[in-house]
Amino acid sequence: MTMTHMDANSPTHGSHQMPPGMLAGTATGTAAERAIAGAGLPEKISVRNLDFFYDGYRALKSISLPLYDRQVTAFIGPSGCGKSTLLRILNRMYDLYPKQVATGEVMLDGVNILSPKQDLNLLRARVGMVFQKPTPFPMSIYDNIAFGVKLYEKLSRADMDERVEFSLRRAALWDEVKDKLRQNGMSLSGGQQQRLCIARAIAVKPSVLLLDEPTSALDPISTAKCEELIDELRSDYCIAIVTHNMQQAARISNFTAFMYLGELIEFGNTEEIFTNPTKEKTSEYITGRFG
Amino acid sequence: MTMSNSATLATPIGGLYHRRRIANKLALSLALGAAGFGLFWLVAILWTLLYNGLSAINLSLFTENTPPPGGEGGLLNAIFGSVVMTAVATAVGTPVGVMAGTYLAEFGRNTKLAEVVRFINDVLLSAPSIMVGLFVYEVLVVRMGHFSAWAGAMALAVLVIPVVVRTTEDMLKLVPNSLREAAAALGAPQWKVITMVAYRAARNGMITGMLLAVARISGETAPLLFTALNNQFWSADMNAPMANLPVVIFQYAMSPYEDWRQLAWGGALLITVAILLLNIGARLLAGLGTTRK
Repeated sequence: MTMTHMDANSPTHGSHQMPPGMLAGTATGTAAERAIAGAGLPEKISVRNLDFFYDGYRALKSISLPLYDRQVTAFIGPSGCGKSTLLRILNRMYDLYPKQVATGEVMLDGVNILSPKQDLNLLRARVGMVFQKPTPFPMSIYDNIAFGVKLYEKLSRADMDERVEFSLRRAALWDEVKDKLRQNGMSLSGGQQQRLCIARAIAVKPSVLLLDEPTSALDPISTAKCEELIDELRSDYCIAIVTHNMQQAARISNFTAFMYLGELIEFGNTEEIFTNPTKEKTSEYITGRFG
Repeated sequence: MTMSNSATLATPIGGLYHRRRIANKLALSLALGAAGFGLFWLVAILWTLLYNGLSAINLSLFTENTPPPGGEGGLLNAIFGSVVMTAVATAVGTPVGVMAGTYLAEFGRNTKLAEVVRFINDVLLSAPSIMVGLFVYEVLVVRMGHFSAWAGAMALAVLVIPVVVRTTEDMLKLVPNSLREAAAALGAPQWKVITMVAYRAARNGMITGMLLAVARISGETAPLLFTALNNQFWSADMNAPMANLPVVIFQYAMSPYEDWRQLAWGGALLITVAILLLNIGARLLAGLGTTRK
């Protein structure tokens, strides 16, 4: 499934992207595999030699990896390996807190977003994020979605209605809430709340979606719905997902990055990572021998 | 298994168990006694207030101004003055308090300045209100050369601020960080995150704080004695002394005239009922806040 999908997408979006072979120069031992994994695909985000420090503690160590456009990339690894940290660098969420520093490069459409000149709010409008726990705002379902849109666009009432419907439809929530858009977003069930959060992220028309364990607080049915949703969103966004659930990573991602103790151990095609990993650590983790 | 256990436990612990039961009963009855003692005086005060105050409640209490000794009258000017000064004090003190509380909870987290501000605020929170009255007397009344309702309202505002600062900060700190992150992740600048998301999430608690502040100042006498003073007549002039319930109660209750003392009882009952209602309102709102989570 993954291969045909990638091939179908690859020729159309290559305009302003890095050439895929670019990483070979900077990476170390796994350069060859990385260059092969996803060769020919446009890179939406290129992480290069990224280090991250929490108050002096080095939590990420020289991470380099690509995130391809219109592909789902999963970050897996045991707790504390830095996968959420990596995700929170991609929209510079860490900037909300003092004493957290990232060095290296994260290129988004060819621009280094770690640069101090980067406008954080504009960046976050382009790189949407959904969190582990559903976080509906204490306002109506409609306003939950309109909140982000109003920050950067002045829409007429009708256009806003349309955008709200578009986002809710995209998040497969429209049919469940179309008659109660004025109800408080917190009155929804957990799974609905999470899809509301996804709709809210989509509404601002980002090009990248970051999902931080989006289904770990959900029941199996809601999880299945969210996974279906991610599968559909794949065609329009560059998606990065952190997950503790390896079956989930195998089900929904095209590429997988396995991290351990702040290092990127292996990055590649999801199929290859799960069936034929090159590193011992990876195979130990995916077969459940540790983590 | 369980049988043998209970058999072995029963004998050596029997005495100890009985002692514990007795100690438990003793502690319980002491606690109940203490609670009953406290409640008794509260009920006694309320009952005395109702007994003496109810007979003073009539239409003229709300329609006529404070009378000279021996004359007929009510508390209209005092009620009006109290409401006006409380309203002005709340209008001045609440925004300042909310902004300071927001600084403490949102911007100044873990900063030295915030720690200092928080400490000073706590001192102000427990400062005797008579000192606040003297302070405003020095700063406003002496400079202006006369007592005024403005000075009274400012003294009350100084009392409102620390209450609102404290509750605003506490309520904002209860707003989960994940909510702020979610708003920031949509590209919202910090002030929008605060005003549109954090305030909304903390709204009930913040209104509760404001109501408690109003309840606190509506019975304050000392700060008004030095500032608004009192006025026997109707006055809506903020630049002149203004009548108010606490000071009228103070003066009339100490007077030798029976009808004045009767009015003081009525005023005291009015204030008590108003504060009770404010507190109940605050409770209800706070309750709403918790059930919605």
